[in-house]
Amino acid sequence: MNHDYSGIFSNYAGLEGDLIPILQQVQLKFGYISTQSTKEISKFLKISENQIYGVASFYSQFRFTKPGRHSIKICMGTACHVKGGQILSEAIERELDVIAGESTKDGRFDFHRVACLGCCALAPVVQINDDIYSQMTVIKLQEILGKYE
Amino acid sequence: MNNFEQIKKKALDKWDSLIHSDIPVIYLGAASCGKAAGANKVLEIIIETLDEHKLKAKIIQVGCIGPCYLEPLMDIVVPGQPRISYANVDEIKTKRIIESYLLKNDPLLKFAVGHFGGEDKQLTNGLPKFFDLPMLKPQVRIVLRNCGYIDPEDIDHYIANDGYEGIKKALEIGPENVINEVKESGIRGRGGAGFPTYKKWEICRNAPGDEKYLICNADEGDPGAFMNRSLIEGDPHAILEGMLISAFALGATHGYIYIRAEYPLAISRLKKAISQMNDYGFLGDNIMNSGFNFHITIKEGAGAFVCGEETALIASIEGKRGMPRSRPPFPAIAGLHGKPTIINNTETLGTMPNIIRNGANWYKQYGTQESHGTKTFSLVGKVRRTGLIEVPMGMSLRQIIFDIGGGTQKPFKAVQTGGPSGGCLSEEFLDIPVDYQSLASAGSIMGSGGLIIMDEDTCVVDVARYFLDFAQKESCGKCTPCRVGTRHMVEILESITKGEASPNVLTKLQTLGETVKRGSLCGLGQTAPNPVLTTLRYFRSEYLAHIKEQHCPATVCRDLLEYRILPDKCTGCQRCVNVCPTGAITGPRSETHNLDASKCIKCRACYEICRFDAIAGDAIVIRSKRSDS
Repeated sequence: MNHDYSGIFSNYAGLEGDLIPILQQVQLKFGYISTQSTKEISKFLKISENQIYGVASFYSQFRFTKPGRHSIKICMGTACHVKGGQILSEAIERELDVIAGESTKDGRFDFHRVACLGCCALAPVVQINDDIYSQMTVIKLQEILGKYE
Repeated sequence: MNNFEQIKKKALDKWDSLIHSDIPVIYLGAASCGKAAGANKVLEIIIETLDEHKLKAKIIQVGCIGPCYLEPLMDIVVPGQPRISYANVDEIKTKRIIESYLLKNDPLLKFAVGHFGGEDKQLTNGLPKFFDLPMLKPQVRIVLRNCGYIDPEDIDHYIANDGYEGIKKALEIGPENVINEVKESGIRGRGGAGFPTYKKWEICRNAPGDEKYLICNADEGDPGAFMNRSLIEGDPHAILEGMLISAFALGATHGYIYIRAEYPLAISRLKKAISQMNDYGFLGDNIMNSGFNFHITIKEGAGAFVCGEETALIASIEGKRGMPRSRPPFPAIAGLHGKPTIINNTETLGTMPNIIRNGANWYKQYGTQESHGTKTFSLVGKVRRTGLIEVPMGMSLRQIIFDIGGGTQKPFKAVQTGGPSGGCLSEEFLDIPVDYQSLASAGSIMGSGGLIIMDEDTCVVDVARYFLDFAQKESCGKCTPCRVGTRHMVEILESITKGEASPNVLTKLQTLGETVKRGSLCGLGQTAPNPVLTTLRYFRSEYLAHIKEQHCPATVCRDLLEYRILPDKCTGCQRCVNVCPTGAITGPRSETHNLDASKCIKCRACYEICRFDAIAGDAIVIRSKRSDS
């Protein structure tokens, strides 16, 4: 077995209940859940790849494509919606030619629309990597995107 | 218990040396919201400024004290003086304040918003007490009492402020008396449904079996709500002590905290707090030498709103798709791995130490006859003072929105209580007391505590569409009314916001909503139509304007709007020409620009630049297509 995986699996007993934490650790390490990952997890937990994909695809946290160098999350929570989150989301899609849930062709950004980031009082909010930008506007967004190469 | 006395003494000494510190203490609000507002940068500046002048000071990062609109918040205590709070500090202000106060003994009160001192201090010079600020004065802080006050990463701070006295007392009086006290207090589940907490506990306690589980539900999935995040980030030990009390009363030996993976700071604070509890013997086997054993595991939710539902949450912990199942059997009888399981909301658990420590009678003094105690809310949307608040049950919506929140800038239109599962209430309901019964009778719910305020610039049809779209995407797909019904409702609402709906569509929407409500398996589907049903009831004219006149009164629904340049205001500055992504705006410098509506995608870029740029003239307006005629 690949060492990358044995390191993760060694922390778990191999029970069905370990599936989601293992998926989370795998995603943390590789950035996404690849076909290879699913195969390795299947061997370890002794459950089918189908079942693993079924569980993983149920939850919005898991992604199945390689992430970009920078990750953009746009908050689609209520407060952000009321303050124009949708318009910001469209601006990102337009500026970067990317569809929500996918990465740009040059691998510079991946883009996700997420449920509430929990800083509603600062709406609308955009998160790029670990930086949170509050009270965003389309104009501010254009400036900020240039900071990430 | 001797051991606890020793720990407590040490904690009190530590706290005392902080309160009577001989060097200045700087407190920085560093919860997620503070960090989003720039607290990390402020922290760097604090450290830099102290280094630059070789000043000595303690820096303590605290949780959220509530008024998010004042973030980032920095408090400074100079020995012998009261704690002074500075709001909206940025890099420049921070440096100025520290240099002025610590070097020249001038506290620069013009940047201060309040102090935490007693009445007789002269220094504060007309500065109000922090807790006398209009946003804070009407509040009663029970569960939030330590948030923003203590260092959440230091168990000694919690212990010095009566922490772990609740579990100590619980262990002395025994599980039956704990349940009695909780029954007497009248507290009901703070997650939204309002089921009496003691009743759940009693059922689980009496259920046969040695193995029982307690789950803390911190899967705060409501868009627009952040009470649990703030509480965990600001005072993690309160929840953990609450879990100990609850587990002891139920006879549970293992607990889980099911928390959103999107809350990394809250998770790291919980992990730190758990390891500190282990060090002090407050967790594990033979807790406080009482023979009581309890272990806690943190489970990170992977993003599914439906997992706030008890049986879906359990399925998720078991490593399955988070789909609910029909009840009975209720989890209190057969839950996680088929064993009796109690799921309590974070806020319910965070309140427990206070109830047990101070007694049910103390708790009952707050709130109304039927709904005792306090409730936290996240006050957001188009309200002046946004933030996290805690108020006694029974306070009116008007007091919350106008006294605490400072009202809206433009005329008030509606308030959504209970997030996507709640209802949208109009002005005539502002005087109803906020308690479980009153909100339910108005067609809404208490919910977990998101309060979204809308003014006349918010379109209620668009908001209803937004919530339904959310519910539809989060529907797990198991039962047909929810899976198909919400989808149809979204389609109808979309046709209304586009001005393409026929007049009889509202009856259809109403019937569909009632059907989804009645026929769905779990709480998600049973409450999903609430935003639509309440807006249909209280804001019908707004629906009709969209349908009959193709007009959105709030100028939100994009298909019913157009962008225009007012020729007499346009300065010809070309700012909008440069930002327009589709080349819809043209025109030479210094001449009135032209906007080609057929190319305009209504992205708002021109509107913003025209508003914020100094030489532009507020010439671009967004208005209803109808106002043409």
